[in-house]
Amino acid sequence: MAFSLKTKSRQFAAGLIALVGVAGFGIGTAQAVEVQEVISKGGIKAWLIEDHLNPLLTVDFSFKGAGAATDPDGKLGRANMVSGLIDEGAGDMDSQTFRGQMENKSISLSYDAGRDDFTGSLVTLTRERETAVKLLKLSLTKPRFDDEAVERIRSQIVAGLKQEETDPGSMAQRAFFKSVFGDHPYARPVEGTFDTVNGLKVADLRDFVKQSLARDNLIIGVAGDITAKELGPLLDDAFGGLPEHSKLPKIPAVTPKFGGDVKVIAQDNPQSQAMWGQKGIARKDKDFYAAYVMNYILGGGGFSSRLTEEVREKRGLAYGVYSYLANLDQANIMMGGVATRNDAIGKSLSVIRGEWQKMQQKGISQTELDNAKSYLTGAFPLRFTSLGNLSGMLVGMQSEDLGIDFLDKRNDYVNAITLDDVNRVAGELLDPDHVTAIVVGKPEGKLTF
Amino acid sequence: MKFLSQRFWHHVPVVLPVLMMVLVLLAASARAAVFNPETTTLSNGMQVVLVENHRAPVVTHMVWYKAGAADEVPGTSGIAHFLEHLMFKGTKDIGPGEFSKIVARNGGQDNAFTTWDYTAYFQNIARDRLGMVMEMEADRMQNLQLTDKVVLPERDVIIEERRMRTDNNPSALLGEQMRNALFMQHPYGRPIIGWLHEMQQLTTQDAMAWYKKWYTPNNAILVVAGDITMAELKPMAEKYYGGIKGHDVPKRVRVKEPTQHAPRKVTLTDARVGQSSMSRYYLAPSYNTEHADEAAPLEVFSEILGSGTTSRLYKTLVVDQKLATTAGSFYDPVAMDLSTFGFYAVPRDGVEMADLEAALDDEIAKTLKEGITQKELDEARQRLLDSAVFARDSLSGAARTLGEALAVGLSVDQVENWPDRINAVTVEQVNDAARAVLDDKRSVTGWLLRPKGAKGPGMPTAPVTGEMETH
Repeated sequence: MAFSLKTKSRQFAAGLIALVGVAGFGIGTAQAVEVQEVISKGGIKAWLIEDHLNPLLTVDFSFKGAGAATDPDGKLGRANMVSGLIDEGAGDMDSQTFRGQMENKSISLSYDAGRDDFTGSLVTLTRERETAVKLLKLSLTKPRFDDEAVERIRSQIVAGLKQEETDPGSMAQRAFFKSVFGDHPYARPVEGTFDTVNGLKVADLRDFVKQSLARDNLIIGVAGDITAKELGPLLDDAFGGLPEHSKLPKIPAVTPKFGGDVKVIAQDNPQSQAMWGQKGIARKDKDFYAAYVMNYILGGGGFSSRLTEEVREKRGLAYGVYSYLANLDQANIMMGGVATRNDAIGKSLSVIRGEWQKMQQKGISQTELDNAKSYLTGAFPLRFTSLGNLSGMLVGMQSEDLGIDFLDKRNDYVNAITLDDVNRVAGELLDPDHVTAIVVGKPEGKLTF
Repeated sequence: MKFLSQRFWHHVPVVLPVLMMVLVLLAASARAAVFNPETTTLSNGMQVVLVENHRAPVVTHMVWYKAGAADEVPGTSGIAHFLEHLMFKGTKDIGPGEFSKIVARNGGQDNAFTTWDYTAYFQNIARDRLGMVMEMEADRMQNLQLTDKVVLPERDVIIEERRMRTDNNPSALLGEQMRNALFMQHPYGRPIIGWLHEMQQLTTQDAMAWYKKWYTPNNAILVVAGDITMAELKPMAEKYYGGIKGHDVPKRVRVKEPTQHAPRKVTLTDARVGQSSMSRYYLAPSYNTEHADEAAPLEVFSEILGSGTTSRLYKTLVVDQKLATTAGSFYDPVAMDLSTFGFYAVPRDGVEMADLEAALDDEIAKTLKEGITQKELDEARQRLLDSAVFARDSLSGAARTLGEALAVGLSVDQVENWPDRINAVTVEQVNDAARAVLDDKRSVTGWLLRPKGAKGPGMPTAPVTGEMETH
C-alpha cells in the first residue's frame, strides 16, 4: 500500500506530550485508578487510564453532535448508514481486504450513531496496535463506500427496519418518540425509514463524513496497555488526518410533550409491553443526583426498587419493571417499562401510577436513602472491571463535562444528597398526570397511567 | 451500527433480575483461555476455583450446582429455573427477597442463571464483603424456606418471563420447536424455562424436592475471581461452606439420542415476523461425548465457515451472491451431552427462502468436498487463540468459563489446555470432523416466515401513529 505507517509512527514518536492534569481515584484501598489527560503534539486530547494487566488496548471516541438528529429531512438514517459502512473498506482496501485485516489480527473496530453523537470503538491486542491505528485512521479519513458494501449494508439496515416493524419494544419506542417530540429531529427514527434508507446515495454519506467527523467535536477515552508517552503519537496517527472543523447543524432545544394518555398499538401477543415517559432532569442540573437517588429507589434499583417490590415480588405481574433517567443534549426524559399478560397490564400500570404518586407526594424514608447511597457508592468500583468500561466512561465524563476528577468525586456527590433533597426533587420532578405511555399488545380493559 | 436488534435510547440501566441463559446464536469463540486458576477441594467435597485479578478491589463470587433443566423429571419442565428464582425467597435468617437487597446495600450486584446442565448464582462485590455473601450463599444452600405465599406469585413471574422471552417472540418460538425436533429423546429438547402447561402446575413441593435432591456442597462448585489469594480464600471457604454436611446426589442419567434417519423441517409462519430468516441445527459432539476429539476441529471449522464478515458463508452468500443480508455459523462444545452445530441466514428482499437454502447447501457441500485450506486453518487458529487474551480481561468472564466447564464435567486442565488443543488441530481433522457432523439425517432446518400477503416488507409504511388506537 501507498502509505507507510511505520515511517509515520517513528516521525511522531519524537513528539512531546503534555500531561495537563492528573487525578487519582481511590476505592477504599491502596489501589487507585488514575486518569491522565494526554495532549498530542498535533493538539489532539485524550483521557487515559493506563492498565497493563493484559496486552490489550481500548480506544473509545465520540464525535459530539454528529448523530442522527443531524440527518437532513428526506435523508433519515444517514448517520446510521455511515456507521455501518465506514469500517467496510477504506484507502486502497476493499471491504473484504479491510475486514480481513481486522478479523485476522483480532482487531475490533465499530461505529454507532445515536441521536446526538456518532461514536466509535477500537479494541486491539498490543501486538496489532499499529495495524489497528492504521485501520482506524483510514476508516475516518478515506472510507470507500463501494457499491457492493453500500448495497449490502443497506440490505442489513432494511432487514433491521423490517424486524423493528413487528418487534414490540421497537414499535413502542418509535411511537413514543414520535408522540413526545412532534416535529423535532428527535422524533425521527435513528435508522431512518424504508423510503429514506433506500434513497440514500454515496454522495450523502460522503457529505456526512466531511461535515461531521472533525477534530473540534472529537472526544477520546483510552484504557489499557499503553503509556501516556506512547499515546500522544498514536493520537496524531489515528486522528490527525481529520479536518479541523466540523460543520454541523444546530439542533434546537425542545420540550417534549407528555399528554397524559395511553396509546395502544394492537399486536396479537399474549403479553402487552408498555413503555412510558415524563419530563426528566438535565445531567448538569444541581438536583441531578437527588433525582438519580430517587429513581434508584423508585424503579432503577432492580430487586431493591419499589416498582419491583410492588409489581413483581408482591403481585407476580411482570418479570421486569424499571424506570430510568434519560438525557439527550436537547431534552431530558424519565422513562420506564414493564411487560404483563394482556388481562393484567392495566393492573400493572395502575400499581406503577400509584407508586409514582406515592413517591411524588410522600417521598422516601431515611433508611431508603441510606440503602440507596450504600449501593450507588459501593457498586461504583464494579464499573472498573473491564477495559471497555473504563474507556467508555472516560468518553462519557468528557462528553458530559464532569471533570477529570469525576471518578474521585462522584461518590461525594451521591453522599451529599439529603432526605430533603430527594423529597423535594420527587415532588417537583414526578408528574403522574403528565405521562405518555405506549402499550403494544392486546390489552384488555381500559388503560390509564 | 446495529441491525436486527432492538435499539434502546440512551443506555437503559435495566438489570433484569434473575437471568436465564438461553442458547446464543453466536459462535462462543471467547470461551476458554489460560486463566491460571488455583483449585482446591473442601473437606465435604465442594470444589473451589480461584482466578486472581487485582485490577480493582472487587470480587466475583459464584456457586454452581450440577443440576439443570435436562435433569428434570418429565412433566416438571421449568423446575430447575423456577428453583433458581425461589432461591431468593429466603431462609429462617434472611427474609423473602432480602438476599438481593442485602447484597445491594453492601454495594454489590447479584443474579443467577440456569441452563440444561447447571444452575449458578453470583455476586459482584467489594472484596471486604466476600465473607458476608459467602455466609448468605452457604445459608441458602442448606436452609431455604418456601411457602405458597411467596412461591405462587413467583410462578406468575416465570410465566411472564416465558411470555416475554418466547411466546411474544416468533423467532424464539421457532428455536424452541427446532430444538425439540432435533433432540428426539434427549432432554436437551426441552425448553429451559419450561413448557407453559407444565410451568402452570409446578408447586412448592416440586421446588423443595428439587432443592433437596441437588443442592448440596458435594454437588456444587465455588468459583471466585478477583482481588484475593488462595491463602485468604481457602479458610473463608472452609468456614462458610466446609461445615455444610453433604448428601448423595443421584447419578445424572441422561437418555441417549437414537440413530436419526431423516432430516426434519420446521416452518413457523407468523404475522409477528417482520424479517424472515432460516437456520439449521445438526447434532454434534461436545467435549464430553463420543467423538470428543472432533470438538476442537469443529470449533476451528465454525470459525472458518461462519464467524465474521470474511468467513466462507458470509463471503459467498452475502458479499458475492447477494442472496443474504447476513449469514454465519455457531457451535458450542461445552455441554454434558450432545452439542449443536448450526447455521443461520437472513434473505435479502425478494430472495425466496428455498433459493437461499439451496445456496447455503451448495456452499456447505463445496466446503466439505474441497476441504479447508492450510491458510484458513492458520488464520482461524490465531483468531481463536487471541480470543483467550480478550477473555482474560473480564473478571466475570473467567469465572463463568471455568464454572461452566467444571459444571458440565470438564476439568480445569481441559480449560487451560484449550489453546494447545486448538493449536494442534490439522486441516485433515477439520475436514474429517465437518464431514462426519454435517449429516442431513441428523439435522433440523427451520424457516421463520411472514404470512403471504402480509404488508410488504420494504414498502413505504404508514406513520406509526396511524396504526394506533387510543383507549
